[in-house]
Amino acid sequence: MQTLKIVVTGPFNAGKTEFIRSVSEIDVVSTERKITAEAEKVKKTTTVAMDFGRITVDDDLVLYLFGTPGQKRFDFMWEILSEGMLGFIVLVDSNRPETFREARSILQTFKAYAATPYVVAANKQDSPDAWDLDDMRVALRLDPEVKFLPCVAVDKEKVKTILLELLYTILEKMEAGK
Amino acid sequence: MALKGNLRDFTITQLLNLVNLAQKTGTLVIESPQEAARITFRGGKLVYAQIGQEDTSLATILRLNKKISRAQHKILKERAVNMSDKELGILLINAGYVSQEDILSSLQSHFMQIVQKLFTWVEGFFQFDQDAQPPEDKITVRLDLENLIIEGSRQLREWEHLQDEIPSLDMALKFSDRPGTNIRKVNLSVVEWSVVSYVNPKNTMRQIAHATNMSELEIRKVVYGLLQAGLVEIVRPGGASIAMPKKMFPTSNREEQKTLVSRLVDRIRSL
Repeated sequence: MQTLKIVVTGPFNAGKTEFIRSVSEIDVVSTERKITAEAEKVKKTTTVAMDFGRITVDDDLVLYLFGTPGQKRFDFMWEILSEGMLGFIVLVDSNRPETFREARSILQTFKAYAATPYVVAANKQDSPDAWDLDDMRVALRLDPEVKFLPCVAVDKEKVKTILLELLYTILEKMEAGK
Repeated sequence: MALKGNLRDFTITQLLNLVNLAQKTGTLVIESPQEAARITFRGGKLVYAQIGQEDTSLATILRLNKKISRAQHKILKERAVNMSDKELGILLINAGYVSQEDILSSLQSHFMQIVQKLFTWVEGFFQFDQDAQPPEDKITVRLDLENLIIEGSRQLREWEHLQDEIPSLDMALKFSDRPGTNIRKVNLSVVEWSVVSYVNPKNTMRQIAHATNMSELEIRKVVYGLLQAGLVEIVRPGGASIAMPKKMFPTSNREEQKTLVSRLVDRIRSL
């Protein structure tokens, strides 16, 4: 059995667990605990170790999806989770500009771990308060060549599109010999 | 869609950077606990600024910039009370009291001072209204934001904030590929120039700091300013042509790797 791994990362409450849940064929193995930090009590629980989802391709190949913990004090898990990843997805909450700086920082950190391909997804784009993609791209300081995609993590089709775009990016890099 | 938020999360410098890079038109309204400010932009350039309830008449701005005497100011305030700034400006130029350059430079200086004051605001809410324009009777200017952005960055003192922005000094810098950026138009300090001279994907920020005899805080401050102005980008050291790690695939054969990814693509499409 061959296995491949994609990591889904992003700031606290960006929608990483929902993202994996939308496409995983198993119930997401989620290590959630009650929120302890006052400032982060916008939801009841958060991921403290990782989320774990699976997509079986056939008898010989399985894709694992790992979601990183959102709260900063669990960032020691990031490097462990990023080891051997095929690529990564950075999820950003389009409604919370206060998390954009952290998203930039997470992106930089993951880029430093490995030269693996990545895409960035603007989650919660169905919200009326969502920032425009163009504005977010500037705020996140994304290079023009970085794929920055609209996302609604609870919408399976949208999540599929993000995953496919990441895989296309991987193929493009392989074709280019990078 | 909404472009609004809290200054604690999104600083004035970041907002100016956003307006500048996105070449936005509209008015940024910022409300601090003490007072409110309105900054108007056109195509990413600063055209007008007003803060609180202060006297923004042309006569007062010219007086503050020592373009007219105290006596002239007093007369104008008494006799030109019903004139718009535009009308007053034309009158003063035709009468030979001031030149057009005097008026524009005074307004530019006044607006820049307002924006510089905003850099000290850390509490408050902002909202960008793309339809709001400056008052009809006011004279507008056209100011590039790059220098203001750099000035705002110089005022940044919070080490933790800088560390968040630039978590690793082991990354390198390269000049931005963004078209329209002209480094010759940007006023850089001697320290900033010394860093710029080392900008190269082969040099990490740590190496640049060492070569220029800067502390980690100092190099972060300088790089932050250059990043905000859109002049440089952070890249992996050694350039972009870094091979992907081999261990990401269970096989080292390139064709087999492509086949694995293609199978994944087919599977996800079918979900």
